[in-house]
Amino acid sequence: MINKDLIIIGGGPSGLCAAKTAAEAGIDVMVIERSNQLGGQLIKQTHKFFGSKSQYAKTRGYDIAGILIKDLESKSNLEIMKNATVVGLYPDLVVTVLFEGNYIKYQAKSIIVATGASEKFLAFENNDLPGIYGAGAVQTLMNLYGVLPGQEIIMVGSGNIGLIVSYQLLQAGVNVKAIVEAAPTIGGYKVHASKIRRLGVPILTKTTVQRAIGTTQIEAVELVSLDEKWKPIAGTESIFKIDALCISVGLSPMHQLLSMINATTKFIPELGGFVPVVDHHHETSVKGIFVCGDAVGIEEASSAMMEGYLTGLYIAEHLGKSHPEQESLKKLYETQLSMLRDGPFGVKTKIGLEKMREGMKHA
Amino acid sequence: MLNQTGIPTKDQVNSRFPGKIALIRPKAILECYEDIPCNPCSTSCPFDAIMIGDNINVQPKLITDKCTGCGLCVPSCPGLAIVIAQIKEDKAVFKIPYEFLPMPIVGEQWHGVNRSGEVICDASIDHVLLSKKQDHTAVVTVSVPEQYLYDFVTIRVKR
Amino acid sequence: MRITNHPILTFPEKEEIKFMFEGEPVKGYKGDTIASALHALGIKTLSYSIKKHRPRGFYCAIGNCASCNMVVNGKPNVRTCITFLEEGMDVKVQVNKGVIK
Repeated sequence: MINKDLIIIGGGPSGLCAAKTAAEAGIDVMVIERSNQLGGQLIKQTHKFFGSKSQYAKTRGYDIAGILIKDLESKSNLEIMKNATVVGLYPDLVVTVLFEGNYIKYQAKSIIVATGASEKFLAFENNDLPGIYGAGAVQTLMNLYGVLPGQEIIMVGSGNIGLIVSYQLLQAGVNVKAIVEAAPTIGGYKVHASKIRRLGVPILTKTTVQRAIGTTQIEAVELVSLDEKWKPIAGTESIFKIDALCISVGLSPMHQLLSMINATTKFIPELGGFVPVVDHHHETSVKGIFVCGDAVGIEEASSAMMEGYLTGLYIAEHLGKSHPEQESLKKLYETQLSMLRDGPFGVKTKIGLEKMREGMKHA
Repeated sequence: MLNQTGIPTKDQVNSRFPGKIALIRPKAILECYEDIPCNPCSTSCPFDAIMIGDNINVQPKLITDKCTGCGLCVPSCPGLAIVIAQIKEDKAVFKIPYEFLPMPIVGEQWHGVNRSGEVICDASIDHVLLSKKQDHTAVVTVSVPEQYLYDFVTIRVKR
Repeated sequence: MRITNHPILTFPEKEEIKFMFEGEPVKGYKGDTIASALHALGIKTLSYSIKKHRPRGFYCAIGNCASCNMVVNGKPNVRTCITFLEEGMDVKVQVNKGVIK
């Protein structure tokens, strides 16, 4: 058994930010990342990010990943393990890892689960045809591997991810025939929608996919309009010939490791589904196990980063240590996080967090 | 309408344009119509001509007199929502953000496109600026006939 | 369908990797995953569903959904979307639950 003060599961933006503040507080940290690269979803984001200076606004996602990784360089109390999958989490803070065919056990004093989120799916006839991809998959193919997902695509979902990935598809030379949105209004930032409209891509609201058509792969899709009760209107079907369909209907927190330790979870739609219940310091119902980033509620990368920095600082307190700028940084990041949630796009998250904290006393 | 189509109304667009007299000099047109937590336009302006303040959810406001039309805000907006506009004789001259291939070349004639993605006029490419600091967002100077001042928003290559 | 020119990203030329798909020699490049290399070759069907024998491709491309399972070098249930391509790999479409020999 190898001992560590803090094990961070997940080397995405939230995990990396937590590693920084925790390591700076003098804590012995290990980050365990299942893929061969740190940076999580940031590494495929080619667009410039929003927020303020603290969230690296106007910096492209992949460059933000570079900054967060560079921030961890030359920290002697920080160990990073890549290509390592955490396969077990135990209530006595034991973490078991599969690495190069070896099964390794760690005893931690504290753990942060920063495993992010996975893409939701949509139920429709023939939704299992090859050529139907999640939006993240399309980004991975295009931006990491330089492979086009198709030539004629329809995007399902007009949230930020659907709008941004559509723009990235257009940049890669793909014809995005339409963006389809079941709700009556566009879900994401209107600046993203405006960028797409300038490029001649229609956004079809109150529309959804009825079925996919094809034998060995998708060849066409049948769209249908929806009424105010979200029911398909007979006679409004239309067929679009495509060679790939991109599904961007939301993300689901990857909290599954926490089920292993029976951490309290709650179903909160505003946060993306089942989320672990955490207190104001991001600690779950299992002492010593914390969660930050998308794994505790779907938001933007900007919030994931602020939550990460904060959870690193909260862990410092938990372990009886202190960052040289403990109080001022806590205040900075708490204020930033609050501000990110203050606009109309933060309303849903705030409702979700209230539901999570029902009955909890403020620390 | 913006919420359903992604296209701002004529009133929304007009509200972001200073008067035609002010446009004798180039001015920034900030087409940010939503409260998003974001402020790089404000922080990148060397003349403090873009006001947001401490609460970054507030929409940016242009202080017209301070704006020199330098265009530094154009590539710093993550939403590509800022252009510079100027009226020069009978032309409306714009500096727009552009992140596509092929890159326009000075002297070429491209399509001028409106906010609905429709081709509305010809656009002359006057200048293309792409420095390292712009981080892959080119700033293209384009002239269109003055009557398209409130309609033109971007260019599209002629095939 | 590989991207050569892109307004933001650069895709430098990479070392070729020869591998086998369904007994036929094919090529990919260093840095490809098996799934991305196959996709670039126009191969989208990676397996068939167990009961109804329906064609399946990948969905999430980062190892979460298990849609991309194939038999690689005789080993079944390999998540090809997160497995990097190596010289000489023998890749086959998976048609059953996977038999471990």
